[in-house]
Amino acid sequence: MPISDWFSAREARRYTRVSEGASAPASDVPDGVWIKCETCHKTIYEGDLVANMRVCPSCGHHFDVPAPQRIEMIADEGSFLETDGHLAPADPLSFVAAKSYAESLEGGRAKSGLNEGVVTGTAAIDGIPVVLGVMDFRFIGASMGSVVGEKIARAFELATERRLPVVMITASGGARMQEGMFSLMQMAKTSAAVQRHLARGLPYVSVLSNPTYGGVTASFPVLADVILAEPGASIGFTGPRIIEQTIRQKLPKGFQTSEFMLEHGLIDEVVPRGELRSRLALLLNYLTPRVSDGGAS
Amino acid sequence: MARRHVMEFERPLFALEDKVVALKRMDVSADPELAAEIEALSAQIEVLRDQTYRDLGPWDRVQIARHPSRPKTEHYIAALFDDVLELHGDRSYGDDEAMFAGLGTFQGRRVVILGHRKGTDTKSNIRRNFGSPHPEGFRKAMRIMQMADKFGLPIVSFLDTAGAFPGIEAEERGQAWAIAESLATLSAVGVPVVAVGIGEGGSGGALAIGFGDRLIMLENSYYSVISPEACASILYRDSAQASSAAACLKMTASDLLGMGIIDEIVPEPVGGAHHDPAAMFVAVGTSVGRALLELSGIHREELVATRYERLRAVGAYAP
Ligand SMILES: [Zn+2]
Repeated sequence: MPISDWFSAREARRYTRVSEGASAPASDVPDGVWIKCETCHKTIYEGDLVANMRVCPSCGHHFDVPAPQRIEMIADEGSFLETDGHLAPADPLSFVAAKSYAESLEGGRAKSGLNEGVVTGTAAIDGIPVVLGVMDFRFIGASMGSVVGEKIARAFELATERRLPVVMITASGGARMQEGMFSLMQMAKTSAAVQRHLARGLPYVSVLSNPTYGGVTASFPVLADVILAEPGASIGFTGPRIIEQTIRQKLPKGFQTSEFMLEHGLIDEVVPRGELRSRLALLLNYLTPRVSDGGAS
Repeated sequence: MARRHVMEFERPLFALEDKVVALKRMDVSADPELAAEIEALSAQIEVLRDQTYRDLGPWDRVQIARHPSRPKTEHYIAALFDDVLELHGDRSYGDDEAMFAGLGTFQGRRVVILGHRKGTDTKSNIRRNFGSPHPEGFRKAMRIMQMADKFGLPIVSFLDTAGAFPGIEAEERGQAWAIAESLATLSAVGVPVVAVGIGEGGSGGALAIGFGDRLIMLENSYYSVISPEACASILYRDSAQASSAAACLKMTASDLLGMGIIDEIVPEPVGGAHHDPAAMFVAVGTSVGRALLELSGIHREELVATRYERLRAVGAYAP
């Protein structure tokens, strides 16, 4: 069974179920799919990879995580309720090049079983109610068009209104070229929504996963109170190829990785996927406003 | 005299003009037919000039926006503001000359001025990194935005950048962080913000100081999520297809007015702002003055709330 079918099968169950240890039930595991790890080049059985939170059992390489599975890993079982899932992209520029935007959108839907590159909703993490947003790279690289921007802005507004913390898990190639300036303006829109949320003393934690680039990095993800990243994720503003072309020199090893960002003081911590849920719970426990602290309420 | 910069679409016109100049150097009295030919060609030039500069395509406008003689941020500042005081540095790393930040008096009103700053020659372009800021440039702009907020001074910003600089050090110092923080800050300042696209509006680096309560663009400026060259290399694996990409991206002032992204277009002199900078300054001054007047007297909470609603309204969704 191809992976996309596997996810549409899960999709049908609204991906709110979580099995023990976030591993998928045996019946969901596709038969006979083998994947090669790009870091250690070992071949991994798809089922083993899924059971290990899509982290290579041999070398710890963190594979991309589809949004539905990520939600299972992070949210308390059955707690996730999707918001704005109906919101679907339009083609405001009637963008047609070698491949039309309409075709790309169709491809994104087929690959991911989703309407867009981000899934948002309310959830609980270790019993703490949050608004959760998870990007899905399979949908045109989770680039930020109008709908991605709108869903993120609405997620922050919902959290602001309900005085809830926000957790955003990012993976994106950046802006969505096919929506032109509509896409670029989402950077300002989402940043403004974050700003309003933070100004009311409400917490926001982001998790940068592989890859997070361009106009997405330069907006809502890096405005968080606490910025976490998964090991070995590529994170940056400009992609490495463009930088190399511009400066005409080779980039240093490890450039634009999570560890590089930590070293340069740009993120708070690199957290392996297996510890992410408990780390988020701990952080939210510290940051969620309480009257009893005697601090500002 | 500096070497003349000829844009692709101007070539036939300039060739004809050169021909007439050459003919005029010849002895007209020796050849009575020559005078008639010069006269005929001159009439032809007028027709061709009209054709060349009417109905410019997106790619033609990109070339005008990048024209080396096009008036730059520093020229608008010199022409439109009195008692200009430049302020330097991000208080952390350095002073980025690709970003101007300072105070000035516009039509008697005290304002904060921000602007991407390209150079006017090779030397100044190297100092100013061709108008492409590093993180410290955005952080300087952000610092001055906060100052504007504190002292209740309106912000006038001039956009003219190919984009934030793509380099190793820019990444090390958090280019994405600096831009995001600038966006968040600008969204929340309790003073009027008028942004004017005067040339290139290159993606996130332009947007960092490039939105507000009024977004005005010069007729031949552009504002785009990606450069047409980069877009072409992704779409067609060929940056030479930039002209097609420029059309796909709908990045001209008139496209963006039509889509409700910008508020106003300032018409340019025939052939572009560089053909008559003085007239251009007057037109920009009039537009900025009108915008500031419309925004004056609005309470800070209302300004911020309205600006947020403007941003929230940008987007296109399936029905
Ligand atoms: Zn491996």
